[in-house]
Amino acid sequence: MAAEAAMRETYGKTLVELGKSNPDIVVLDADLSSSTQTKFFAKEFPERFFNCGIAEQNMMGIAAGLAASGKTAFASTFAVFASSRCFDQVRMSIAQPHLNVKIVATHGGVTVGEDGASHQAIEDLSLMCALPGFTVIVPADAVETEQVIRYAASTLGPFYIRLPRLKSAVLYDKNYRFDLEKAVTMRDGRDVTIIAMGLMVERALKAADTLSGEGVDARVLNMHTLKPLDEDSIMKAAKEAGAILTVEEHVRQGGLGSRVATVVAESTPVPMSFVNIEDCFSSSGQPEELLAKHGLTAENIAKEAKALVKKKR
Amino acid sequence: MTQLQPYSVEELQQKAKTLRRHIIRMIAASQSGHPGGSLSAVEIITSLYFNILRHDPENPQWLDRDRFILSKGHAAPVLYAALAECGYFHVDELLTLRKMGSRMQGHCDIGTTPGIEMSTGPLGQGLSFGIGCALAARLDKRDYRIYVLLGDGELDEGQVWEAAMAAAHFKLDNLVAIVDRNNIQLDGWTHDIMETEPLAQKWRAFGWRVSDIAGHDIPQLLTALEQAKTIKGKPTMLIARTVKGKGVSFMENKAEFHGKAPTPEQAVQALKELE
Repeated sequence: MAAEAAMRETYGKTLVELGKSNPDIVVLDADLSSSTQTKFFAKEFPERFFNCGIAEQNMMGIAAGLAASGKTAFASTFAVFASSRCFDQVRMSIAQPHLNVKIVATHGGVTVGEDGASHQAIEDLSLMCALPGFTVIVPADAVETEQVIRYAASTLGPFYIRLPRLKSAVLYDKNYRFDLEKAVTMRDGRDVTIIAMGLMVERALKAADTLSGEGVDARVLNMHTLKPLDEDSIMKAAKEAGAILTVEEHVRQGGLGSRVATVVAESTPVPMSFVNIEDCFSSSGQPEELLAKHGLTAENIAKEAKALVKKKR
Repeated sequence: MTQLQPYSVEELQQKAKTLRRHIIRMIAASQSGHPGGSLSAVEIITSLYFNILRHDPENPQWLDRDRFILSKGHAAPVLYAALAECGYFHVDELLTLRKMGSRMQGHCDIGTTPGIEMSTGPLGQGLSFGIGCALAARLDKRDYRIYVLLGDGELDEGQVWEAAMAAAHFKLDNLVAIVDRNNIQLDGWTHDIMETEPLAQKWRAFGWRVSDIAGHDIPQLLTALEQAKTIKGKPTMLIARTVKGKGVSFMENKAEFHGKAPTPEQAVQALKELE
């Protein structure tokens, strides 16, 4: 069993490290600091931490004001609140003026689990990708998370970074280097390319193992950055493998699948299929049960990939 | 750096009239815009830009400048007029308001107009932004102050009250909010659309120091704004009682001129009244 780590804990601890070297880092939260893990920063740098109470709209505006005054503002809450609850504030006070605010949204997707549909952000990436100038990232493990947070801290402009509640497998070692513009080829393959992000990367890799045993050679890409999208890797995958399957813990509209499909349709049309949350809200349940309900498992990914390979000309 | 000299009350009153004429000309030229809430805010903006604010039109990004945020972004014409009169850009440019390629969008835009501190338009957002600026000033131990102008209809927005709580909670005595209390919003009288009174009591209960003042009376505005500088440990709210459309007889207290341009004939008439 591979080692596991919680990306949000890595986030919280990375903030502390950044805070030590950069006095302009400030952190905001909306009464969820023990869950988002900004509590570590709050303890270390109380004068640079602002708990805004349960008022996400106000938090985003305050973050914007701090950013306009030269600060690098990290604002955290659950993904469901960070995106839709204050979308107009994010649009008008952060995106439009292109301010240096990093929204780090934890508890994304259905793997929030027992809290149920109300707390499961399944449309947040679509909303954030629609905002001009936003960079949108979904790290796949704790190693990548640390590098993404460091990258965001050192890069001007608005970011939306989605992290899960769950602990997850550590996929990378210390030699890994995050490159915003480049998807990571997790394994090479010529029959089909599986493009995944976040917690789905681990499952896509397991599916590729299964497929390999059945004579299907699958490439797996970790598309950590939804915007800007690495179009070159997508076109290369389409040309070389001739079929693309996308996997995401998100609805199809405006997420990974539809963004990849746009590139494929325009440049290199090949058969595609999509594993995602269908056009519905989910429910309470254990995370793995919910993933199974929506087909977000290694087994289903392998099944869909095999069916897709048959569609190749 | 060249800091503007404070103006006398008489000069400020003259300036106010000049701003009003700009507002009418601009909105008449674009044949769209919001005259009512621009005219009601004239004395507030005049007092700030020509007397109270520490700013430098030749250096709009001066780190130690006071910040002014027009949360009621639809009143952009009055702010553009003041910025032009201060020298941020030439007054001739005012007539490009709302036109293709203009540096003066229909609502305030941080990226295009020199001197604009924040993009605004969707109401209720300016005070939160001001809190962020005020917190940054305190962190950096800088003594610049933050001024936010809100509309009274804007107070319907829930975010304003989130910000009201937070500004007092953070004890931001470098923050001043002003409500342009002209009693009219787009659909009619504020007390018919959504009752916000008792305003002063509400802001006091939220932890602010509150002054209720006559918003077209420049000496009163100056006194209240100077007084706010001396308050410690809490933010200041000035409820400025104004008249929507102030200065143009047929626009005064008329909801229809919230967002309607005068016809060319009405513009001539208005400018005659403002001579």
